[in-house]
Amino acid sequence: MTSLKFLDRPPRFLFFTGKGGVGKTSVACATALHLAATGRQVLLVSTDPASNVGQVFGISIGNQITAIPAASGLAALEIDPQAAAQVYRDRIVGPVRGLLPEAVVNGIEEQLSGACTTEIAAFDEFTALLTDSALTAHYDHIVFDTAPTGHTIRLLQLPGAWTGFLEAGKGDASCLGPLAGLEKQGAQYKAALAALADGNRTRLVLVTRAQQTTLREVARTHAELKAIGLQNQYLLINAILPPAEAANDRLAMAIHQRELAALATIPAVISSLPRDGLLLKPFNLVGLDALRELLLDGPIKTQVPIDSAIAFDKPTLSALVDEIAKDGHGLVMLMGKGGVGKTTLAAAVAVNLAQRGLPVHLTTSDPAAHLSETLNGSLANLTVSRIDPHLETERYRQHVLETKGAQLDAQGRALLEEDLRSPCTEEIAVFQAFSRIIREAGEQFVVMDTAPTGHTLLLLDATGAYHREVARQMHGDSHYLTPMMQLQDSKQTKVLIATLAETTPVLEAANLQEDLRRAGIEPWAWVINSSITATHTTSPLLRQRAHNELREIDAVAHHHAQRYAVVPWSLAEPVGVNSLLALTGPGMSGPSQS
Amino acid sequence: MATIQVFDPALCCSTGVCGVEVDQQLLGFSADVDWAKQNGATIERFNLAQQPLAFAENSVVKAFLERSGADALPLILLDGEVALAGRYPNRTELARWTGIADSAEKPASACCSGSSCC
Repeated sequence: MTSLKFLDRPPRFLFFTGKGGVGKTSVACATALHLAATGRQVLLVSTDPASNVGQVFGISIGNQITAIPAASGLAALEIDPQAAAQVYRDRIVGPVRGLLPEAVVNGIEEQLSGACTTEIAAFDEFTALLTDSALTAHYDHIVFDTAPTGHTIRLLQLPGAWTGFLEAGKGDASCLGPLAGLEKQGAQYKAALAALADGNRTRLVLVTRAQQTTLREVARTHAELKAIGLQNQYLLINAILPPAEAANDRLAMAIHQRELAALATIPAVISSLPRDGLLLKPFNLVGLDALRELLLDGPIKTQVPIDSAIAFDKPTLSALVDEIAKDGHGLVMLMGKGGVGKTTLAAAVAVNLAQRGLPVHLTTSDPAAHLSETLNGSLANLTVSRIDPHLETERYRQHVLETKGAQLDAQGRALLEEDLRSPCTEEIAVFQAFSRIIREAGEQFVVMDTAPTGHTLLLLDATGAYHREVARQMHGDSHYLTPMMQLQDSKQTKVLIATLAETTPVLEAANLQEDLRRAGIEPWAWVINSSITATHTTSPLLRQRAHNELREIDAVAHHHAQRYAVVPWSLAEPVGVNSLLALTGPGMSGPSQS
Repeated sequence: MATIQVFDPALCCSTGVCGVEVDQQLLGFSADVDWAKQNGATIERFNLAQQPLAFAENSVVKAFLERSGADALPLILLDGEVALAGRYPNRTELARWTGIADSAEKPASACCSGSSCC
């Protein structure tokens, strides 16, 4: 039996949320399996883009409720958010296809291809499961391996959302673009939101790792969801390195100590939540036996073969910087999901370039700020600046209200303020701040990370379309250069996709690449961060993990990336010039590392 | 009173805040629409990204899109007939079409009324 708190007297709805790669799908599967084993009827709902729930249970599931033969009482359903978004788009665009000119139809489709639409579409699919329906009546528990974001919930809570736009079908729609394809009645969404906010019916489990950045991110998620009514929250720290492992190996010891330090400084807002921890398992979480062991703390029964050390010959980040440096100037953007280390990688690239005597401006939106603080003034030709998303948003709001809103009458001003409260505003504000700095890239190197929210792409799409429009109207075919045009030109801009050598992060990065391509941006390279394979660990458990990484590195090298680099898991927290340089490794002509 | 129908290009918001720069013309127009409604005018707005069917079902709008494309929007219909295309009406025009006495000395519509936009 397990003594895990999040499994104690579970309510009807259990949501597992956390960034990609923390293991929320595995934990959700194990939880559903555990609850079914206690005699309840359980429905497991997965939106994992890797869609590996079927693989985990060894059957094909798909977008319909499917009984799991090997586990009595358990059924599962896979929702593919991308497919849901396509259905959603078709609902709006379908009726006019063939009626309106093709270019017009394509334009509308693009407007509905942002991240918001995908999230709303997935929530649209959830709604029926959260409200009483014949479909779900006989299940005691419904376990979700994801949760709606604060953004989605706030959008659905917008006061005018139901009464105005959706029910009348016309009128002064505000920022409800992504909501246009919702098909259910307003009352049903209200009921779904009420179920989410009801602590007796819904428990939210924040899944995280014992890492500072991941914990900070989960603290933000917690605060955001709590603010909009989700009170019943638990914290689950997954994949903690077993302390016994630390005795064997320098890397394992370093990981162990860093985990202890991260847990000791856990953000205050989540420190009082009911908390559980799960140990890192050496095996892949596939199959019923492995899943059952995930929630157990006892000795592991699964035998793990100890592989021989892996000969590592992957390209280093320094080798990529060699190529970047040849241009003498330009924009380098690190893109990727939150928590993959974009800020660290951006700093490593910047330091490596600056070390070669090249002028570099590093700018980050790192919420912690300590990285920029430690680097400032450390190298003569390195400038460091930081963009605070919150500050930028406030500044943007004020600016718009003071300038553009100044000559509006009271009603006009109220309408403008309403639109400025929309979630897109932060994206726009941050991008504006970045685009001011982007212009410097003609004379020097500008290296930046991007805001780690999921909406960067939608933003780029929107501004891209807008800028083309501006360019067309203002200057015809003249040489007017917009930030978007600059991003699309690989001579001026190199986009580096950052990821980890794990299934879900690689998949998420591939999705990001697809979305960038749709916006006309071809990523220049991929960087795989925090690789254990790139170290020389002797810990059997870590070596097993390293072995699992090889398949992912191979996928990046052969299927996803034009060129790539692997950055090792570093023994010390990568802060300061020397440890950042150590991350980039030896290059062809770069600074030699010993 | 006459009915005004406004067929907007694909916009995220009716005020156009979602661009990198706020479109002053759209802001002014949104305020003007509000003002006209307060004075009893009937004005409907349709966003191409959100209500494409409204475009396809209106033969005048459909023909306009086929001829000139989405770039030529907005299109403004007055009782079903084309009143204006390619730009938004100002407050004076709205007042004339709907028969509202335009008492405002200083129109809120910024475009083409002395601001830097034109």
